[in-house]
Amino acid sequence: MSISQLQDQYRRGEITASAVLDQTYARIDSHDGEVKSFLFHTRALAYEIAGEVDARLAKGKTLPPLAGIPLGVKDNMHMSGEKTTCASKILENFQAPYDATVIARCKEALMLPIGKLNMDEFAMGSSTENSAFFPTRNPWDFSRVPGGSSGGSAASVAAGFVPLSLGSDTGGSIRQPAAFCGVTGLKPTYGRVSRYGLVAFASSLDQIGPLGRSVHDCAYLLDAISGHDARDATSANLPATQVVAHLAMSQKFLKIGIPRELIGPEIDDAVKACVESAIRWYEQQGHQIIWCDMASFSAAVATYYIIAPAEASANLSRYDGVRYGLRDKKADTLKTMIANTRGHGFGAEVKRRIILGTYVLSSGYYDAFYAKAQQVRSLITYEFQQAFQNVDVLLTPTAPTTAFAFGAHAQDPLAMYLADIATIPVNMAGLPALSLPCGFSDGLPVGMQIIGRAWDENTVMGLGHQFQLGTDYHTRVPAIGSVA
Amino acid sequence: MNTVFETVIGIEVHAQLRTNTKLFCGCPNQFGTGPNSNVCPVCLGLPGALPVLNKQAVIFAVTAGLGLHCQIRETSVFSRKNYFYPDLPKGYQISQYDLPICEHGHLDITVEGVSKRIGITRIHMEEDAGKLVHQGAEAISGSTGSLVDLNRACTPLIEIVSEPDIRSAQEARVYVENLRRILMFLGVCDGNMEEGSLRADANVSIRPVGTEKFGTRTEIKNVNSFRSLERAIESEVARQTALILSGSTVIQETRHYDDFTQTTKSLRSKADAHDYRYFPEPDLFPLHVSSAWIAEIKASMKLHPDAVLLKYKTEGLSEFEIQVLLDDPEMACFFDACCVDGVSPTAVAKWVVGDFQAILRDKKISFSDSPVAPAALTSLVQMIEKGTLSGKMAKEMLPAMMTGKDPESIVKESGATQISDGDALRPLIAAIIDQHPDVIEKVKSGKRNAADFLIGQVMKETKGRAKPDLVRTLILEDIQNR
Ligand SMILES: [Zn+2]
Repeated sequence: MSISQLQDQYRRGEITASAVLDQTYARIDSHDGEVKSFLFHTRALAYEIAGEVDARLAKGKTLPPLAGIPLGVKDNMHMSGEKTTCASKILENFQAPYDATVIARCKEALMLPIGKLNMDEFAMGSSTENSAFFPTRNPWDFSRVPGGSSGGSAASVAAGFVPLSLGSDTGGSIRQPAAFCGVTGLKPTYGRVSRYGLVAFASSLDQIGPLGRSVHDCAYLLDAISGHDARDATSANLPATQVVAHLAMSQKFLKIGIPRELIGPEIDDAVKACVESAIRWYEQQGHQIIWCDMASFSAAVATYYIIAPAEASANLSRYDGVRYGLRDKKADTLKTMIANTRGHGFGAEVKRRIILGTYVLSSGYYDAFYAKAQQVRSLITYEFQQAFQNVDVLLTPTAPTTAFAFGAHAQDPLAMYLADIATIPVNMAGLPALSLPCGFSDGLPVGMQIIGRAWDENTVMGLGHQFQLGTDYHTRVPAIGSVA
Repeated sequence: MNTVFETVIGIEVHAQLRTNTKLFCGCPNQFGTGPNSNVCPVCLGLPGALPVLNKQAVIFAVTAGLGLHCQIRETSVFSRKNYFYPDLPKGYQISQYDLPICEHGHLDITVEGVSKRIGITRIHMEEDAGKLVHQGAEAISGSTGSLVDLNRACTPLIEIVSEPDIRSAQEARVYVENLRRILMFLGVCDGNMEEGSLRADANVSIRPVGTEKFGTRTEIKNVNSFRSLERAIESEVARQTALILSGSTVIQETRHYDDFTQTTKSLRSKADAHDYRYFPEPDLFPLHVSSAWIAEIKASMKLHPDAVLLKYKTEGLSEFEIQVLLDDPEMACFFDACCVDGVSPTAVAKWVVGDFQAILRDKKISFSDSPVAPAALTSLVQMIEKGTLSGKMAKEMLPAMMTGKDPESIVKESGATQISDGDALRPLIAAIIDQHPDVIEKVKSGKRNAADFLIGQVMKETKGRAKPDLVRTLILEDIQNR
């Protein structure tokens, strides 16, 4: 059911928030044992807010647009009084002492927080296999991964547990799982949504965004969580977006750029075929298709795996066992206490990236790696700016393949890293990008990505919305239970 | 062979800025409350918390830079300095590294009548760490446990790095004294060395006189007074000289000064120096300080000690008074607050530097904690100037004013104003003169000093409230007319 339909039902008094919660948890209880998208639920808080919504409904008061809408939250955003584990042993019992700004805004909007969603540990990964607790399954095929790192966020929406969820995207962590699970996901412009209360992975790349069943639904959530926050110095001094209102306006004819690099041999033929048919669909609607070259993209993955681990190596230094989280109590010196705490608390991929980041920042290596990577990053940003002189958006596949099988890349982390080849350049340049379903291959969803100019979520989402008005890929649901 | 060595010293001063709140969060920038009471998610380094730069701290850093004749960088960058220690909640310190806010300044010192310019390499901003309280030992090793207090974490510091232009322990002392005075007069730091709001580390090396090449330096830490700075350098120079003369070499290391033994001991050598892996702090964009903002800061700056000196000279203060005031910025600040329109600065200076300072010192109260408001002292001086009080009466009122009462109400309560009304005194004076015809004769024969006896009598009768010079005039007038 779409957000608009739920809103109508509330308006007509056909449902109550408490009843919506009952149904939501009933569906989760019967099917999440298989999907495993939630790490834990936040029932008490959800029912408390539902009570407030119902009380206001009973008094005939007008409600904010997202009042009474269930929401799933990736477990790297603080919800005061609930745990924030980041799917890591080191924070297994960490209780959030404050609300992340996005959570405070969702509470203000009277959304119903259903629970915290599984992810790759500290958002490091592309499959959710790196969760320290358990992997999440792709609702379309339980033998396949849901993508990552926001795997729980995408799977919970695909499985029909929640209409909307929050994810975070550092190199594709919203868009790639959205593509794998056949849902819509947006990484907003860097600085559009406050990062306060989001546990940092790579601070200059991280951005929170919505996942939902449609562009229209995601627009509601973006409008609710965006806007300046004085507690995040990198948050832009701009008001909240008004994308929902923009989507009601008629679509203009645009110039759509197609980077040749992202429609090349690295991309699966089936994925390519779906994206090409979407390109033709847009052409038929009167948009102009322009082929372009983005030469710096080839260096983006390598650059990302210098910058992101470098920032992560510092961001994760605070988990030392001194003040909170896991602590090795048997150690008899400070050094062994810190070493053992981190040795036991972090998983293999997190350790790999901390070591990588520490290495590239070390004296003697900084110039060769980190400084060079920053230069390439500037080059990527510049190339996007050049491209956007000629086109309004860029359209690419979101990921080179459909969802892969569990363990497919277990022996080869580099192959897994290449799964983010189309999404990583976008984070490097801080641009907004949307992933939405554009077809199916062997019963698995295929996603395409629309990248826009900085702060131009309107155009990106407008174009995605137009596609969803004319196609039905986003309405298809996997065969678990019967999805409304 | 008798090699004569020259000492080369560079000094790093950490000064805590007097902002209301910490450098990156809204917690109060103050201590003295219980452990971990001035803390929030940001300064505790909790996951998800983000730093937001305190604008006042930037203003203070620029102010210090301007006061030390530095160039202010239009764009400076905060970096992360990475290392693990329990008093460092994030596992990194946010500091400035390759692009500090101020560079290329200088400070002039005068030692034994000779003036000298000491270069300031840079001033950068950074956050302080917390404090460890070790149980049963002085360090983590040997203690039964250590407690972490993060009240001080994230408080704003500037680090002022000098060029290696200093050549003696005495010069080092004068440099830090002058620097402290400037920071205090500009209002950016309270200058308290014992409490650690101003900390100086000295980089010390020696080289044969006449050579260019610097010797291997050691860094001396834990110096918390001017005297210990001088002693630490002297003892380190003696140690290095003895090492070299005995054919040994100095190793580059950090040394800890022990005020009790007056010697330095090795803390850590260069071999175990950290690789801090500095990189630009991604949570903060580069800091831009426009020339318009610099001009605005300059316009609202408090007076530099050099300007204060000139002002005091023009106001007619004595050399001694000026010296005393410049050595105690708090006193100078109090003095300036007293000097309102319509009161003579020299009269105020006499009281501030004299009797008032004495009574505060006696009670071990600093000028900033003075229970007597500057306005109260000003009215006292004005009452003397108007003749309402004698100097002696004013001095006797100071203890009562220390309770916080203003002089007007003390006078009102006791009725103890000076009698300076001639008409009120004339009948009493006439009566006293009548009783002493012998004195009339003496005065009339030219012994005017004989009148002193009569003045004493009048003062006795009025319990000291009569204005003495008026009494003298009236007595002489009365006798003349007889
Ligand atoms: Zn704080």
